[in-house]
Amino acid sequence: MSGGHSTYTPKTGLGRWMDARLPLPRLVYDSFVAYPVPRNLNYAYTFGGILSLMLAVQIVTGIVLAMHYAANTGIAFTSVEQIMRDVNSGWLLRYMHANGASFFFIAVYVHIMRGLYYGSYKAPREMLWILGCVIYLLMMATAFMGYVLPWGQMSFWGATVITGFFTAIPVVGDWIQQLLLGGFAVDNPTLNRFFSLHYLLPFMIAGVVVLHVWALHVTGQTNPTGIEVKQKTDTVAFTPYATVKDALAMVVFLLVFAYFIFYMPNFLGHPDNYTEANPLVTPAHIVPEWYFLPFYAILRAITFNIGPIDSKLGGVLAMFGAIAVLFVVPWLDTSKVRSAVYRPWYKLFFWLFVIDAVFLGWLGSRPAEGLYVALAQAATLYYFAFFLIIMPVLGLIETPRRLPNSITEAVLEKNKAGANAAAQTTQG
Amino acid sequence: MSATDSQHTRRDFLYVATGTAGAVGLAGAVWPFIDQMQPDASTRALASIQVDVSAVEPGMSLTVKWRGRPVFIRNRTEAEIEQARQVPLSELKDPIARNQNLNADAPADDLSRSAGEGKENWLVMLGVCTHLGCVPLGQAGDFGGWFCPCHGSHYDTAGRIRKGPAPENLLVPTFSFVSDTVIQIG
Repeated sequence: MSGGHSTYTPKTGLGRWMDARLPLPRLVYDSFVAYPVPRNLNYAYTFGGILSLMLAVQIVTGIVLAMHYAANTGIAFTSVEQIMRDVNSGWLLRYMHANGASFFFIAVYVHIMRGLYYGSYKAPREMLWILGCVIYLLMMATAFMGYVLPWGQMSFWGATVITGFFTAIPVVGDWIQQLLLGGFAVDNPTLNRFFSLHYLLPFMIAGVVVLHVWALHVTGQTNPTGIEVKQKTDTVAFTPYATVKDALAMVVFLLVFAYFIFYMPNFLGHPDNYTEANPLVTPAHIVPEWYFLPFYAILRAITFNIGPIDSKLGGVLAMFGAIAVLFVVPWLDTSKVRSAVYRPWYKLFFWLFVIDAVFLGWLGSRPAEGLYVALAQAATLYYFAFFLIIMPVLGLIETPRRLPNSITEAVLEKNKAGANAAAQTTQG
Repeated sequence: MSATDSQHTRRDFLYVATGTAGAVGLAGAVWPFIDQMQPDASTRALASIQVDVSAVEPGMSLTVKWRGRPVFIRNRTEAEIEQARQVPLSELKDPIARNQNLNADAPADDLSRSAGEGKENWLVMLGVCTHLGCVPLGQAGDFGGWFCPCHGSHYDTAGRIRKGPAPENLLVPTFSFVSDTVIQIG
């Protein structure tokens, strides 16, 4: 941990010269080589590294795509087609960028679920968790604006519907919407500013990632047992142990990513976005990208007025509330035990929550009518109940399983059990 | 300086004065950066348009683009007007006219939806579904008016919501006849 003293000793003259002036090699060594990590981290803990990689992929492909893209409603759609047909390797770069966004979100959802399962947000890691939520918010804004740039039908109508949310705000809503659009409807000024912001936000994400990693290195990582590191035998050095584990996970992740890029590059997209934007014709179904679908379902689930709040504003509040609730999770969970491994009831409700979130995503892709609305309402209810009722109440009434005394003990117990099982198999 | 206000030194005064001036200056400097995001002059110049409707015969419609969105102008047939007049207000999902040229609480009778006395045949409204902003299809749906294919909202021949998820009647924007054949919208 960063509290510990540095073990870095420069070996060359140049190294010593540098260390006395700008100890950057020392920082890298202490953070990514000698840095102690819990010895029991599983593959769920590799997604932080994968996310850093995906951010780099998105920034690099994005910078080169911007060299060929034109943010003007007259030529934006054509310029994207030009990237696909004329620009050398343009098709590859664009498919990497478009699918990269989806894979970025796949990784972030696994990362968030990992945090919820192992209680990574609990004291003293509240700031770490909140910074993660900020990154997630920035990712959503970046992805939304990026999807507008190809200027297809879904770009246009997605932007219309999403900026329309702001009109639900009383009094200042219309002004905010016009401020975002730079006009009375989605048009050239909108496209221009979205391009500018789409270029800016990834660098803001990178900045918050630095803070996120900093906060992580102050508190140290959690681990599947949720017990804090107590002794030297609880940890191993970041390099080679975590480095190699992260690298293997990245390679497997990239294999799947590559499969999508080369064999099904449009699977996660929407065919309507290959039709140029037309403000006078609406596509039959406006659906956002898959990673927004659960929130879209929550938005449409509020079909009734709640007191003075009409259904439109209620839907928008519920949708933003679904994200806002994540920020206060560290204070909603009252359990003293961190990891779901030792919380049988929490484990059950957690997996129900995962199913619920996926189910909401599916409902978001369905038309908002008939039975789908009722199902979306039930699923929305569970979504909020999980955070606002189950988390605080369960922590007070649940009897957790016995915790091991240390990470080392937990690992040795598991190894012993494994060895016994193996021995029995050989005997049988 | 008297003994009582000796705590308030020149330095305190300079702190507060500089801080205040700095805050006001910062707010002033930030404003242009927010202001530039508002609709620019060329967008505002198109905030109102004039449309020649002399060629639009009864039973014909015209869709024009206004503020980036479609506006439906329809010269309604006698049958369509009659059909809309027959509907009692109690049967309407949204009993408000939603006509920006009238009071906000004007009832949604056929006259209040149209261009008014003597021009009942003209219907001018924003072609934006009040549900989630799609563009409805003309002369379609269960009520012979407009039908939104997105989530199945049916509007009647006066553009009033009759069935489906949309909460309000199609909006009638501010408009006027500047001559017998020219409509100014906005």
